[in-house]
Amino acid sequence: MIQADHLTKYYKEFCAVDGISLDIRKGEILGLLGPNGAGKTTTLRMLTGYFKPTRGTIKVKDFNSSEHPLKIKQLMGYLPESAPLYHNMLVYDYLDYVAEIRGIPREKRLSRIRQLCDLCGLHNIMHKPISELSKGLKQRVGLAHAMMGDPEILILDEPTSGLDPNQIVKIRDIIKQIGREKTVILSTHILSEAEATCDRIVIINRGKIIANGSAAELKQSDASGRILYITLNNAEFTQVQPVLEAINGVTAVTRVDADNSDQLAVRLTCVPDSDLRETVYRQIKETDWLLMEFRQEARTLETIFRELTRGN
Amino acid sequence: MRQVVNIASKEFRDYFISPIAYIVISIFLLVTGWFFFATFFLYNQADLRNFFNLLPATLSFVIPAITMRLFSEERNVGSYETLLTLPVTFRDIILGKFFAAVMLVAVMLLPTVIYAVCITAIGALDWGPVIGGYMGALLLGAAFSAIGLLASSLTRNQIIAFIVAMAICFSLTTIDRMLFFFPQATLATLSYLGAASHFQNIAKGIIDSRDIIYFLSVVFIGLYGTALVMEEKN
Repeated sequence: MIQADHLTKYYKEFCAVDGISLDIRKGEILGLLGPNGAGKTTTLRMLTGYFKPTRGTIKVKDFNSSEHPLKIKQLMGYLPESAPLYHNMLVYDYLDYVAEIRGIPREKRLSRIRQLCDLCGLHNIMHKPISELSKGLKQRVGLAHAMMGDPEILILDEPTSGLDPNQIVKIRDIIKQIGREKTVILSTHILSEAEATCDRIVIINRGKIIANGSAAELKQSDASGRILYITLNNAEFTQVQPVLEAINGVTAVTRVDADNSDQLAVRLTCVPDSDLRETVYRQIKETDWLLMEFRQEARTLETIFRELTRGN
Repeated sequence: MRQVVNIASKEFRDYFISPIAYIVISIFLLVTGWFFFATFFLYNQADLRNFFNLLPATLSFVIPAITMRLFSEERNVGSYETLLTLPVTFRDIILGKFFAAVMLVAVMLLPTVIYAVCITAIGALDWGPVIGGYMGALLLGAAFSAIGLLASSLTRNQIIAFIVAMAICFSLTTIDRMLFFFPQATLATLSYLGAASHFQNIAKGIIDSRDIIYFLSVVFIGLYGTALVMEEKN
């Protein structure tokens, strides 16, 4: 559906996006993750045609972005970050204007606006000026704006920012519902949101893609090694450390705070792609330490995200 | 073309949603009405020449106030991004906003037709120069709107947009009265650049292609410049 090839964007000397290539399939919900200033918004702005990439090409369906920008804009609905809309217009007038620009025939306009009004919950605010709306309500009007032309591709820049938890759940449902037929690209820095809604997650840091895959795939890869937590009784850290460090594959043993003061809790860092649980257990069994707790760190998207974007 | 009409009608309605249109039109009518009728009975002549003489100077203040928000406000609020990602081209946007401004200028000039109607009650008015005057005023308004649009596209600050546009419009209006400051060799070019003299020619009822071409080229330069700025900014 969308093929972005080596997208690069410079703001004067500063390189915001550095050679990003993406291949987005039809009917996919793609989540763009990254720390602040990683280049998420810039990437989305290039995909929508708002920014011209310094280098690289974008192809949507069979249309090249530099040759057919209008065709691409017709296929896309876009919600910019913090939904900048015309402040002095009424919600209804604004949606009507967008419908007009999107070329929805006059007789179908009202029913389309009604439909979106139901979907986004805009009933009570249709006749209010946009400037009087709260951030969350404005966001919902923005979402209606993006969906107006029934676009094949929906690009949402932080769609749930500023919404209350109920609205977040609602917007997620809407996105999932749309994502069944449409291609959705959204950026967020809320990891649980990406995990809950997206089929595929792309993590960007400093303008480069550093991870690309489904949430499950990302969790399996462990580039920086697994972490084991062990809690022992009847043991001293000075004895434990050399024994455990002697195990082949353990790179570091550090003491961590135990729940109970007469217990010893240690953290083992292992080399990547290894499972040392058995070896560690056998080693401990040979001593007279009492094993109180033994667990492998559950890899959440959060830990992966932190590992990958460390150093910011 | 459909999109030009959509954008123009939206921008035009915007003027009347906010108080801009009402304020600008009232001030314009007050200023022109006052200066025109203050000396009208002293002249004791049934024509609108005085009104049209003043028009270039008045419009060079009023039109920048109309055009200053067209791009600056969108840039400032961020709706520029929303607008540019709708299926419209730069040309649609520029022409739409330009025609909205010209339409407001026309609406602003419309009540002054009453002056002419009043004068016919007092004396025999020659309608030729009056019609020419309004044609010229529209051309002048279009040229100043294009300049204002260009100034507005340059900055996200409306005050800067207003001052830049006013400076350019006012220079064009007064340049043929400032010619003695300039070297001999440049005089011919500079006097051609003056908007007021071209306007006065049309207002006298002389329709000369040179004057019309002058105004159309200013419009073209303004709009083309705006397109270049938009292209450059993304």
